[in-house]
Amino acid sequence: MFGWVKTLWDTLRRPSVHYSLGFLTIGGFVAGIIFWGAFNTALEISNTETFCVGCHEMRDNVFAELKGTIHYNNRSGVRATCPDCHVPHEWTNKIARKMQASKEVWGKVFGTISTREKFLDKRLELAQHEWARLKANNSLECRNCHDLDYMDFTRQSTRAAEQHERFLLSGEKTCIDCHKGIAHKLPDMAQAEGS
Amino acid sequence: MKATIILTAAALVLLGVPAQADETATLRGGPIAETLDTPAMPKVVNKDLRQVRNYPEQPPIIPHKIDGYQVDLNSNRCMACHARTAIEQSQAPMVSITHFMDRDGQPLASISPRRYFCTQCHVVQVDSPPLVENDFVDIDTLLRRDAGAGQQ
Repeated sequence: MFGWVKTLWDTLRRPSVHYSLGFLTIGGFVAGIIFWGAFNTALEISNTETFCVGCHEMRDNVFAELKGTIHYNNRSGVRATCPDCHVPHEWTNKIARKMQASKEVWGKVFGTISTREKFLDKRLELAQHEWARLKANNSLECRNCHDLDYMDFTRQSTRAAEQHERFLLSGEKTCIDCHKGIAHKLPDMAQAEGS
Repeated sequence: MKATIILTAAALVLLGVPAQADETATLRGGPIAETLDTPAMPKVVNKDLRQVRNYPEQPPIIPHKIDGYQVDLNSNRCMACHARTAIEQSQAPMVSITHFMDRDGQPLASISPRRYFCTQCHVVQVDSPPLVENDFVDIDTLLRRDAGAGQQ
């Protein structure tokens, strides 16, 4: 094992015998651009709704539920796609989330939520992960669109304005505290409170 | 053959529709064979102001929108504000004690299953003229009218 590492290290340290310095530097630079571009392209593709609903687990459960809600269908025609809410927009957090999502690939391969029944059994746990994430980042994905600085309370209903003034403006609560189940159906909330 | 069908249809329309229009009470406002203009969907009243109850037993109406409220086995969105423990934050009226009672009048710790589905009794109102005439008279109005008649 150690011998193999030593051989590799020696090879890396030795100057090139066959290739010119220009080929190695320019070639390395070009290859770097290509690899980085490909990586980013793949990342962007995995960040589209088409990619998400490519699996029946998403298409038949959570995406089907989203379709009836205001985040899919509304008066102004602006809508949220899956990654708008479920993938952080900022690079570092996005990569962290993508790494976590490798667990979802595992779930897909082994059919963790491959049927409606399995999904419903697992739904509470999955929802709690998302609630915890949004609670921890102060509902960042909500605020990417719903910025408090531009929220006109006078255009809200009395009830909404009062609640937002008391709890949102004071920072006492964050969006997800009250707006759970806004885009998908809720799991058994009696169990959610108990745990 | 085709002519026969058209003639038969024409005869049915001529004979059937006027008779039907006379006898059948309908909210549709036109002959069944015609496609009518769809009336605009009225807006739900969202003023958050309590409205009068027409009689003491009337379930109070919902003075706000309830679009997308989930009320099922898993969750009850109404109770997120109207539950006993939620009203301190929401400042909404608590569901009355009658909702805690089972069929024998025994109060339970929380909402009785038979009172769980709020919209069975409580409904939103829309801002639109009534579809049918209603000559309901409030009991107070009735008593006042009778008292007035007795004095004369």
